[in-house]
Amino acid sequence: MQLTQSQKAQIRWLKSADGVILLKSSGDWTIDALRDAAGMLEHFSMASRNVSIQWDVSDVGRVDSAGMMLFIHYYDLLKSDNCSIEVIGAKDEHEKMYRLLREYAPGHPVVEPSFSSRFLRIFNGIGKISVAFVLDMGAFLSFIGENFVIFLSSLLNPLSIRFGAIVKNIEDAGVRAMPIVALTSFLIGIVIAYQGAVQLEKFGANIFIVDMIGISVTRELAPLITAIVVAGRTGSSYTAQLGVMKITEEIDAMRTMGFDPHRFLVLPRIMALMIALPLMIFFADIVGILGGMFISHVHLHLSYAEFLHRLQTVLEMKHVWIGIGKGPFFAWLIAAVGCFRGFQVSKSTESIGRYTTISVVNAIFLVIACDALFSVILTELGI
Amino acid sequence: MSDTVITVLNVVTRFGKNVVHDGISLNVRRGEIYGLLGGSGSGKSTLMKEIIMLLRPQSGEIRVLGQNLLTISRSDAAILRHQWGVLFQAGALYSSLTVRENVGIKLKEYTDLPLKLIRDIVRLKINMVGLPEHAADLYPAELSGGMVKRASLARALAMDPKLLFLDEPTSGLDPVGAEAFDNLILKLREILGLTVVMVTHDLDSIWTVVDRFAVLGEKKVIAEGTLNEVRQNPHPVIKKFFRGKRGLIRSRNGG
Ligand SMILES: Nc1ncnc2c1ncn2[C@@H]1O[C@H](COP(=O)(O)OP(=O)(O)O)[C@@H](O)[C@H]1O
Ligand SMILES: [Mg+2]
Repeated sequence: MQLTQSQKAQIRWLKSADGVILLKSSGDWTIDALRDAAGMLEHFSMASRNVSIQWDVSDVGRVDSAGMMLFIHYYDLLKSDNCSIEVIGAKDEHEKMYRLLREYAPGHPVVEPSFSSRFLRIFNGIGKISVAFVLDMGAFLSFIGENFVIFLSSLLNPLSIRFGAIVKNIEDAGVRAMPIVALTSFLIGIVIAYQGAVQLEKFGANIFIVDMIGISVTRELAPLITAIVVAGRTGSSYTAQLGVMKITEEIDAMRTMGFDPHRFLVLPRIMALMIALPLMIFFADIVGILGGMFISHVHLHLSYAEFLHRLQTVLEMKHVWIGIGKGPFFAWLIAAVGCFRGFQVSKSTESIGRYTTISVVNAIFLVIACDALFSVILTELGI
Repeated sequence: MSDTVITVLNVVTRFGKNVVHDGISLNVRRGEIYGLLGGSGSGKSTLMKEIIMLLRPQSGEIRVLGQNLLTISRSDAAILRHQWGVLFQAGALYSSLTVRENVGIKLKEYTDLPLKLIRDIVRLKINMVGLPEHAADLYPAELSGGMVKRASLARALAMDPKLLFLDEPTSGLDPVGAEAFDNLILKLREILGLTVVMVTHDLDSIWTVVDRFAVLGEKKVIAEGTLNEVRQNPHPVIKKFFRGKRGLIRSRNGG
């Protein structure tokens, strides 16, 4: 039973005088040696209809199930093309194998109904995507509905709120994210200041850099950048955490013990992020303005004292409050989507990756859409 | 051509200070169904992993199909790996592929057969292990325990291996399912001319399918041989195994 090299499977055919085609196969019909024979049989079967064939297999060496399958496939195919086939010279072991495998050989495949025209297939695809989208929206609405009911019931009974979990989540999502939030908002401050400084210098309007940085950072940039960082960092980790718990059936175990996953897992995460994000936005305001102040000093030679004095007079508090006020909304979107996608993870490990990606993409899109909505409403209201 | 397919000689395995095998020797002959028995943690899975080149023993010799695994070259090892199929304890199906893709993956990667033929071979193997046709397009997460074992057996058989390794193929199956699986192994051996090495502690499997087996215990092979030979062995572990309640019932009802 040592490793043996297989002889290539071969097939040849010739027409005898009385119109019978003699098909002669030889070599080892094993999986590693079948390629040429498969190609030639395909060729042969295309050209043969309504003929009688004598299939001589006496020179065939070893045969495995792949080789037998090849034989069975073309034997059936030729039969269905009205050929009469007589197999000659089969060895006992081959016949035995044929009998054993025959009952498992697949019949002709069932073809699934499909749209033949390419044009219709597009609509088929659009329809499938639309239905999936509507179902997805429905599932999301019922998720936040359930969550809201749990939220109301825990307001009636405040002791059931998991304060410990909330504090721990604030630490994970908020405190530990401070370095990256500081770095990004500092850089944003620098970028804004640089771009503004070049333009304002042309008009000799250097001092207006303060208005520009103060308002744009506090009202728009700090909330948006912080939310995007948090969506990538915390939203994805919520999805992955809950997804893993779903796969290991921890969530089912919780349900059987009467621990509602919404109360124990989702609500603390949402509340923690709704508390942490506004605070982080405030932190990002400060760091972003510091970045701008630094560049104003270096590039426009505006002293720190001058900058701060001007900031006090031009930066109305409403801009700061609007920026911070967006925080809870963004946080709710990020956490709700993150948890929702986590619960959608099915049993396979691969789906964790897929839903984590979807969760981050959804969260960032929703945050930006929500921000746009805020801009429109607040502008219309003249705030 | 020798009739011994696998030879294990004086194998010693250690994980840190934990000695798992201390001089193990056994032989598997061609065409037989060989059982590896022993309590949990006696090193059955570890020995199997050594035979299929996933682990290297600290010392000793293992020969598979005439090749010495400790001195084998990379290219010979690659050829040798094509000679066996493995059914892992938990199935180890690729979770991102359907059953059909799981069974066909080696055929696609390692052969240059036309896709049509590959599709047919895959369906043949799926039929052989007794999976229903519709299971082919399911993902592993959607299968029951018994179906996972069958699907993973179909994958192990895809390339017509000479050797089949099964790690506790019937554990986690109900008695009816386990018996069906045992019969399946017997039938496949006949169809494909397999040599089978199976890790098991299922007494029923030992009575019905296993030709010869080795009992691992106390870091050694306590006994090796056919059921009747091993049952004569006076070693206390063996006594416990076959004179325990379940063993007694089995031997009264006959084998
Ligand atoms: N990768 C590993 N690292 C350390 N110890 C291991 C490893 N694999 C197995 N072992 C140890 O080897 C022993 C035998 O394990 P195993 O072969 O899985 O037993 P079983 O007979 O139940 O299949 C156990 O004590 C286990 O702790
Ligand atoms: Mg084991």
